[in-house]
This record gives sequence, C-alpha cells and structure tokens, in this order.
Amino acid sequence: MSETIENISVAVVVNGRSRTITCEPRKLLSDALREDLHLTGTHVGCEHGACGACTVLVDGSAVRSCLMFAVQMNGAEITTVEGLAGPDGELNSVQQAMQDNHGLQCGFCTPGVVVTLTAFLRDNPDPSDEEIREAISGNLCRCTGYHGIVNAARQACGRPQGGVS
Amino acid sequence: MTTTVGRYIGQSVKRREDPRLLTGHGRYVDDDQLPGTLHAAFVRSNVARGTITRLDVSEARALPGVEAVYTGDDLNPKIVQYWASMMGPRIEMGGQSPYPPISVLAPGDVRFVGDPIALVIATSRYIAEDAADLVEVEIDSLPPVLGLYDPITSTDLVHRETDSNISQAMPMPEIPEIEALFAAAPHVVTRTFSGARATNVPMEPRGLLVHYDRHRGEMFIRAATQSVHEIKSFAGRLTGLAESHIRVVAEDVGGGFGQKMMVMREEAAVILAAFTFGAAPVKWIEDRRENLMASNQARSEDGVLSFAVDGEGHILAVKAEFFEEVGAYPPSSGATATLAIGVFTGPYKIPVLIPGCTAVYTNTVGKSAYRGPWALETIFREQMMDHVAREIGIDPIEFRRINLINPEDLPYTTATQMVLDRITPKETLDQVVEMIDVAGFREMQAAAKAEGRMLGLGIAGYVEPSAIAFGVLNSDPAVLTMDVSGKVQIRLGTGSHGHSIETTMAQVVATHLGCAIEDVAVIQGDTATSPIGPGTGGSRTAVIAGGAAQTASLELRDKLVRIAAQLMEANPDDLEVADSVISVKGTPQAAVHFAQLAMTALMAPDLLPAGMGPGLEVIARYRPPQQFTWSNATHGCIVEVDPETGIVDIRRYVVSEDCGQMINPMVVEGQIAGGVAQGIGGVLFEDMRYDDAGNPLATTFLDYLIPSAPEVPDFEYGHVESMSDTLGGYKGMGEGGAIASPPALANAINDALAQFGVPALTSFPFGPSQIIDAINATQSEPTQAT
Repeated sequence: MSETIENISVAVVVNGRSRTITCEPRKLLSDALREDLHLTGTHVGCEHGACGACTVLVDGSAVRSCLMFAVQMNGAEITTVEGLAGPDGELNSVQQAMQDNHGLQCGFCTPGVVVTLTAFLRDNPDPSDEEIREAISGNLCRCTGYHGIVNAARQACGRPQGGVS
Repeated sequence: MTTTVGRYIGQSVKRREDPRLLTGHGRYVDDDQLPGTLHAAFVRSNVARGTITRLDVSEARALPGVEAVYTGDDLNPKIVQYWASMMGPRIEMGGQSPYPPISVLAPGDVRFVGDPIALVIATSRYIAEDAADLVEVEIDSLPPVLGLYDPITSTDLVHRETDSNISQAMPMPEIPEIEALFAAAPHVVTRTFSGARATNVPMEPRGLLVHYDRHRGEMFIRAATQSVHEIKSFAGRLTGLAESHIRVVAEDVGGGFGQKMMVMREEAAVILAAFTFGAAPVKWIEDRRENLMASNQARSEDGVLSFAVDGEGHILAVKAEFFEEVGAYPPSSGATATLAIGVFTGPYKIPVLIPGCTAVYTNTVGKSAYRGPWALETIFREQMMDHVAREIGIDPIEFRRINLINPEDLPYTTATQMVLDRITPKETLDQVVEMIDVAGFREMQAAAKAEGRMLGLGIAGYVEPSAIAFGVLNSDPAVLTMDVSGKVQIRLGTGSHGHSIETTMAQVVATHLGCAIEDVAVIQGDTATSPIGPGTGGSRTAVIAGGAAQTASLELRDKLVRIAAQLMEANPDDLEVADSVISVKGTPQAAVHFAQLAMTALMAPDLLPAGMGPGLEVIARYRPPQQFTWSNATHGCIVEVDPETGIVDIRRYVVSEDCGQMINPMVVEGQIAGGVAQGIGGVLFEDMRYDDAGNPLATTFLDYLIPSAPEVPDFEYGHVESMSDTLGGYKGMGEGGAIASPPALANAINDALAQFGVPALTSFPFGPSQIIDAINATQSEPTQAT
C-alpha cells in the first residue's frame, strides 16, 4: 500500500526550464504536471487515453500524459500547452486560428487539441481535410462539433475554411 | 438621442475567453491546487439492487493518509432539507414536485450499479482510492427493476419507501369522439419510436471543492456547475447553514449540457462530509468511469404515436403516449414528457392532441436534463412525419408544407393552448430546401440508386420553447457599475460553461451604453459578486440576462446623459452618445467623456442635477413577457449509407435557424454545430446499455462512443432573423441543434433505405449493425422497392 512506496526523482525540461519531479512511481505524468509542477493547463478528461485532453509533447511527439508515468520522463523534454505561446503571451498560429474560427467553447479539450494540431502541422504542413480530421480524431470535443477546430487547422496551414454561413 | 445599436450586436466579435483557455490558463475546479486540500473518493455499488449486509470501513480508516471515511449512517441523518430550487419544495413540505426518497449515500440498500456507498477523505486522491478498495462491502443481490414497461406493474420496488415504481404519470384519456374520429379517418398511422440512453459527457466531469471553516462559520465551495446560486441555496438547505454564510465560485467550467444544472447526490455527500469534517478543504473530482456510470443520463424514452390524417394529407388528430425511465435518483421526478407534450405539436397545425405519459424508477443511474430535455417530442414527431408521409404516399417535405403553421396563421394557439407567434417555420423550411437544392438532390439520388448506392435526404423542423422563464427561472439580474475612469463592470447571475457569455454580454452592454467593448468587464460565477440568478441553462441567457444587461445599460446611459446635459447646460434630447463620449448633436466640440461624468457622480456630487443621487450603479432585473420565447429552425441532412458495412456518411448538413436578433453569429453557429454533433452521436453511436443484471455496459470512451472529427461534417448555416417580443429581440437557441438533428439524420437514413425496400428503423441507435441487419432482413425476404 501507499506507505511502502518510495518516491523517485526524475530530471526533466518542461517548456524550456529544467525541473525535478519527485513522486511515487505510480503517479501519472498528467497528475505530476498538474499537481507537482502546477501546470494545470494539461487537462484530464478520461484517464484511459481516449479523449486526448491531456496531450503534451514529449521529445517533440504528441503523447497522452494520462498513459505515462512521471518517472518514465527522466531526461525528457516536455512541452505543455503553457509552452506554446510566445513569451509575451502571443498566441501561436494554431492558437490564433482557434480563436479566429471559434474552435473552442468550454475550453476543456482545447489544450489537447492545440498541442495535437501544433505537432501535426509541424510535421504535415499541407494536409488534406481528411488528414486534418484524422489527426484530431483522438481529441474528443463535446462543444464545437469540430467545425471550428477543422477550420482553425485549415487557416493555420493556409487553406480555405469549409462550411457555408 | 441616437443609439449605437449594431456596433457590436450582430457582429462575430472574437471571444475574450479564448486567450486564457488557449494557453492553458483557464481556472477549472481541479485547477485549484492549494496545499492542505484533502481528496475524496467514493466506494460504489457493483450490484444494481440489493441489501447491504456488511459494511466495514475500519481497514480503510487505518490507512495512513486517510482522514475520514463516511457511510450513509454517518451522513444521511445530517441532511436538513433536500430539494432543488428549479423544482421547488418536496410534496411532503407542501411543494408540487415529486422527488425520489432522500439519501446522499446508500441507505442500507443499493439501487443502481455505481450507487455511492461510502466516501473516503485522504491526503491524496491516490490514497483515497487505495482506501476505497479497503472498504469491505457485502450485498445480498435482488432482481433488478429494469426497462420502460416492466417496472409499471412489477412488485419489486426500486425504492422501498414508495408503493410503486411510477415516478410520475398522466394516463391517456379515452374520448369517444376522438375514437370515432380515428375510426373514420382516411389514414391512421401508428408507430413506436425508441430513444437510446445517452449521457451528456461534458469533457470536464463533475467536481467540487468544499471548505467549511467552522471557526468562521462559513463555507466556501468551488464547483463545476451551471449555477453557483443553486449550489449555494442547496448547500444551505442541506446543511442548515445560512445561505448568507456560503460562497460558491465557478470560474471556467468544462461543459455541462444540463448535467451540472442541479446538485446530485455525490456533490451533496461531499458538501455534508466537508461540513462534518470542518477542518480542511475537501475536493472531489469525478473520473470518467464515474461520469459514465453514475452521472445522470437521459433519452431512455419511447413514444407511441398515432396520426389520423385526411385524404389531402391534413393531420386531424394525434395520440401521443410517452414512456420514460428516470433511473433510481433523478434530481426530481426526472420526468420530462409533460413539457414535451406541451410543445408536441411543433411547427404544425395539429388541431387535436391526446397525450399520455408514464415515467418509472429503475435500478439504473438517474435521469437528468440533457440539452433539450423535452426533445423527445421533436425527435419522435419529426420521424413520424416521414413515416406518415411515406405510408400515405406524399413527399415528406410536401406533407410538412400541408400542415405547416404559415405566416398568415400567426399567432397560432396550439392544441395544448400554447400561443405561437413570431416564428418562421415556412421561411426556414424554404431556406433549407433552397440551400440543399432538393430537386437536384432527388435526381442525384435516382442516379445513385441505379448504381446500387443508397443516398438519402432528411428534413426536420421544430419550435423550441426557449428562454424558459417560470419558477426560479422567471428572470435574471444585472448589476452595472461605472468607476471613475468611465469604464464599467456588469455582474450577472449566469454561469458560462462554453457559452461565450463574457463576450456576448459585453457586446450587449457596449452597444447600449455606447462605449468600446474593451471598457466592459463581465463578472459572473461567484455568489459573492454576482446577483442572484438561476445560472445558465434552458436557452435563457441571451434573452433574459441579455434583457437585464440592456435594461441596466440604458438606465446608466440615461443617467450619464442627464449629468452631461447639466454640465454642458444642454437639453438631454439634443445629446448623442458614442465611444464613451456624450456630445451635442451637430456640435461635436461640445462633448464630455464618460470619465468626467463618472468623476462628477462619484467625487463631486454637488455638481449633479438637482435631486440626483451620487454614484453610478444600476441594479436591473429582466423578466420576459412570456414563459417561453419561441425560436425555430429547420435542419436538412444528406447521407450515403454503405450497403456493405452499414456505415453512414453524412454528406451535407444544413441548418436554417431563427433565433431572432443574433448577438454574435459566430457564437450562434458554434452552438448549432455542437448541438448537431451531439444529435449525430445520439443517432449513430451513443448507447448506454445495461445488461439483465443491471450492469452498465459502457463505462469508458471505448464503449460509450461520442462523435470524433471524422464522423462530423462541415455545417452549412442559413439564418432567418425575426425579432421576438423580448427587449433585445433575441430568442434562445442553445439547445435546438441537439433537438432537430436526431430526426433529420434518422429521416435521411430511412430515406436512403426506403428506396431499396428496407423498412424504416425506429429505434436508436441506427448503428452499422442495426442498418445491416435491416438490409439483410429485407434481402432474405425480398420486397418490392418503393
């Protein structure tokens, strides 16, 4: 039980800063980011890897932080949603496109969407509509019907928005 | 005075909520990470119905890090009162609404799988869950009460305190004249439609943090809620603590869709536990398994409809009987059919409606409001319109037109004595028909059929009782204050969980006050600063809070104009307001800025007009003229059904919506899109089933499937703006997308199948397996294609 579990320390770089996380081996990366590093922008929506709200970049790859343990992170470079905007708070191109296209309502899934799309468009600067929808198929949103999110992705890669108003 | 209406109202102003939410700086309930907070976890029943024969919490209490373990015996006796403001006091207290029996933790027996039995409080959630595993529970199982019909007559009871399983019922009357009318009618079509049990799935599950400071006698609650004032009132009644000593805060809330409108048992349990514990903040954050298993659900409903129709396709009379399941612990009776009956006739001239409804308790999770809680009326009626049209050989759009409430019919009094006015069913139908190019589609459909491809078109219309304004929902407040810099704060009783209220209400204030939108701060979601209002739900905020914001803005503007007139020695009627400056019409150099007026009112009151009091604050409250403000829309949907896989591809989705004056078209369209996606889920994917033992079969997102991006199309929007008779001309529209989309999609699928002689489906979900089964059944018993 918990009284016998020893804490482990790992050294990580989070959003460009060197940090140490000291926690139980069973602690999820999502919980460690939120509780130990106070980076509460990473949201926990399902804890079984299905909703994508907790998506962060680990060494540049988008991963679900609820499916990783914090102690797996020794030496890793982690980017959370808090690390995407410019130092003065300037939104990155995906974030700005999300605002321009009403890609968010309640905002709870948004950090995962923004992190996923930022990584996807970095690797696929000219995706098709189908590829965009596939790229965010692991990010569940209950508010927007994805309409604004898909249009945000289109804007961020310089394509015309879809739908008719 | 000239006005500046139109400068912000009607514009797709970008949301001021977005920068914080896009950068990870929102503040949701679980983002409160204060040291010293304790964490709660529930022990839940894995049996649907049974008696608890042993409950031993000693090992759990002994685990290091555990601060307390509470059972029903500990907390249930501490309940002082238990009722929701929206439903009013319990019948035994002299109120009107039936409620299930009261408990916050299982009172010696369990009534659904997920029923909370004990509550553990520990120094971390991990330890709380460890301890929950150490609680020893033994339950003698009993056969569960399940389904829509068996519970009506079953002698097995969900609640031992009641003498039947019926939560609420209104028997369908038998009227000889109506029976004669049906017997003589040229066409009588009868169908039974079934919904699939669905759950709201806010991406942020429920959660709250409660700190009762017994030294101050004060309680602080931070919650994921649609209504902070409801939690304050409920917590006061629950604990006996004066409401005035309770503060409830909800900053960012990650969706609700009705699930966070009323307090549920777990939330009440945490409030009572923290009140009892009294020494530290206690936080409970629902996990997804709990949310899918134990947060209230909806749409487990049947509708048995009979339409009597004359030879020209006019509907003569309708019998509509509804059956619904409200689970074990709905927040009140749980029944929504009574409201559905009231608005059942929708956009049609249906002269006679004979309704009935029966709601039953079952050993499942309770029923709650879900975006359009009365939606069964539209979901079933609009499918029925297609069934009737097909059976009597009229095109479904033509059948609608024959019965539609046209402009010349308004105001129209429905069979249920609702007076419909300022609605546009014909205009929105026309717009959808034009946007879709129905004639062109029919040609395409025929050509596709020749290739063996199944294309289908579905239409659905509805009239929505928006801006619900009765009982505690009757009105909304606004408090508007101007500071010495000439900028304003508007404080509202609303609560945003995705609704863009900070933006839209700033648009309303800036427009009517005559200032830049940046000069308006919107404050909500804190009972210490927000005036008492019922929160956000029932498609109310634009209409009712918007009316309050408009009233307050115009009143403050009027006072500013009178001060300006005094300072400039001008006639108030000669002044105009723009960009926070009040000037003499035609003489723009004679002008005074809001800041100077504010300094006068706040710092030099002797300069004010005779009899005018100092200060610049306005308290306003708006109650709309009707208990519903009617909005309407028509949806059109084109699908292709894959005859090999049964998979439905939504090729086009068109919505023509009339929500009156739009405050922010971008926000309106966003609300439509989200609602339609939920409706798509309800038809194609979402199906919260229980097995025969009462076990929920979908407790993860791998079993309970909500639409993801590839399953949802781009949306096409048309707008008709006919003004309501409310202050701003607004109509509510937050729920409509979810109400009309299920029948539009269902009708499109059945239209695709019908060409190939496949009988229409009537039970949601219309998933691939249901569709393939229907196609295969048709192929094994060949029928003539229609």
